Amino acid sequence: MTQKKSKKGAWIALIAVLAWLGLVFALDQLIKPTDKLGMLLIVLQKGSVYALAAVSMNLLNGYTGLFSLGHAGFMLLGAYTYAIFTIPDKNRDTVYQYFHAVVRFSIPEKLSQGMGGFGTALGVLIALLLAGLVAAVMAYLIGLPVLRLKSDYLAIATLGFAEIIRAVFQWSKLGPVTNGSNLLKNFARVSKFKLELGGTKLSLSTFVPVLIATVSITLIVLIVNSTYGRAFKAIRDDEVAAEAMGINLAKHKMLSFVTSSFFAGVAGATLAMVLSIAQANNFKSAMTYEILLMVVLGGIGSITGSVIGSMLFVAASEWWLRGLDSGSFLGIEAPGVFRNGFRLVVFSIIIMIVVLFFRKGIMGEKELPDLFRRKKKAAPAGKEAAE
Amino acid sequence: MSEEKKQVLKVENVTMQFGGVVAVNNFSLEVNEGEIVAIIGPNGAGKTTAFNVITGVYAPTNGRVFFNGDCVIENFPRGKMKKLYKGENAGLYSHTLEPTPDALTLKGMARTFQNIRLWKSMTVFDNILIAKHARRTSNLFSAAFRGNRKEEAAQRAEVEELLSVVGLTDVKNELATSLPYGKQRRLEIARALATKPSLLLLDEPAAGMNPQETQELTRFIGQIRDQFGVTILLIEHHMDLVMDISDRIYVLDFGRMIAEGTPAEIQKNEKVIDAYLGVVDDAED
Repeated sequence: MTQKKSKKGAWIALIAVLAWLGLVFALDQLIKPTDKLGMLLIVLQKGSVYALAAVSMNLLNGYTGLFSLGHAGFMLLGAYTYAIFTIPDKNRDTVYQYFHAVVRFSIPEKLSQGMGGFGTALGVLIALLLAGLVAAVMAYLIGLPVLRLKSDYLAIATLGFAEIIRAVFQWSKLGPVTNGSNLLKNFARVSKFKLELGGTKLSLSTFVPVLIATVSITLIVLIVNSTYGRAFKAIRDDEVAAEAMGINLAKHKMLSFVTSSFFAGVAGATLAMVLSIAQANNFKSAMTYEILLMVVLGGIGSITGSVIGSMLFVAASEWWLRGLDSGSFLGIEAPGVFRNGFRLVVFSIIIMIVVLFFRKGIMGEKELPDLFRRKKKAAPAGKEAAE
Repeated sequence: MSEEKKQVLKVENVTMQFGGVVAVNNFSLEVNEGEIVAIIGPNGAGKTTAFNVITGVYAPTNGRVFFNGDCVIENFPRGKMKKLYKGENAGLYSHTLEPTPDALTLKGMARTFQNIRLWKSMTVFDNILIAKHARRTSNLFSAAFRGNRKEEAAQRAEVEELLSVVGLTDVKNELATSLPYGKQRRLEIARALATKPSLLLLDEPAAGMNPQETQELTRFIGQIRDQFGVTILLIEHHMDLVMDISDRIYVLDFGRMIAEGTPAEIQKNEKVIDAYLGVVDDAED
């Protein structure tokens, strides 16, 4: 019976995901970036990137109980890997204006020579995976010494790593690869993604980042609901008991850390895609804190929560509260008060209120399906129905 | 090293020292297949420390542990592999073999804890299901893409079966911590059994239970020994329970073993009466 239920749940989830992607694709065509609602597209783009970053951090902090603050570092690795391998050859020299670039091939360009548009898309996908892999390999190397540490110590060590990575990438000696402290640009970015169907050009600039985030988050959900996800939670709840029940702590912590970093790398690459630039200076520890804030606001240990948290965070800071910086907000004209920086004051107060009233974040440890289940009052079916 | 009968566990001259404190001193123990063996002794006698050494939580200062005939833990004397020139072991090589608890669990040891350590945020069902993780054959990818459906279904069926054996089927979807104390203890035992052990180590399974619950537990322990064919080593303070079900008893005091024998022998042992039992008048039933 359980089996049947979970199958039905899987179908519902699949249909919901497809409907969501269809909606985003439609919005991408209907709304022009210059429209009044154009901000919605930007929120969707950035929000989905941050949602992916937050969910991947949640996998580590919320599900495995490893308090790590190295996320910005892994995102940086992903962003740079992606950017370096997708800058077209003809743009190389203008981007690396002070250095002689070493990496002199662009994966999408190479593939597009043989396969056209499909090759470009494949190239972008390969570059994305490469971005994740570089972050994952680095996570493995960092994890070997660092994962022996616990709680705060782990947080400090990973934070230190992220800062070191940022400094190294700005080092002028590495300029031929990283372009020093200058930014990387002109690589494959969302504003260039178009789909040509019978002469009409369809915009993909919002659809692509949302698609990447959706697929990645789906993968994380699958991992979390698998036997490995349960083992991660066991480690979070009680390490000693987990070890006594045959769960290899070192191995599982490493698995979680590497998986989380892989998706952080993909998120970093997608962020570069959305922002059209990659610059080490953007990946400060403040970015890690922002992501952590989204996780905490949404609910530590809830993937739905992380997604909602990051969407709300991005929407509020980029869109809804904009007026507070530029003079008029909700029809109130107060240029004297609503000036640069006032937005942040209001934003901080909102965050404090949310944290006060939702002690465990917006979602707590619940997921989206749990909400429906409770409404139907289908007995305490628990987690097992989620396969 | 294993001669005579089929030995499940053999502890050989184990010493566990924390700084200047010798928690367990030159402790030896043997458990044969199908036996229920108890370790008793006053508080602070080193019983739980001995457990922690056997299950790999602590690496002993000295000594060896054999499990199913294989040497699984060895510190002889502690240190890297090198030839010894002095002392009683001159001419031999020192060894260290310090497995982590999970490795020993895979070999077939499973334990419960003195102060119940269930996974608090999870249901009764999930608590047992996670213990099945150790016996998986899937890797992260096959598990994520549900390549392990068959295994997962089999595991779930096994968990259901285990739940019905320990009588927790009706509460399987409740949070582990919402159960009454006695049921939490049962759940912990069920969780240990889910790892398919050949040796089950119970650390004070009756702690905090009333006489009636203790009696039920006594029956329950005997039942799981017969049903699952496990050998049981337990630490307990409830003498009724210990005398009732143990085949043999080891008595620890201040880290030293002061007596060993059948329940009847132990009850008459002067040293044990002095150190632990006190005047025995109502321990008969």
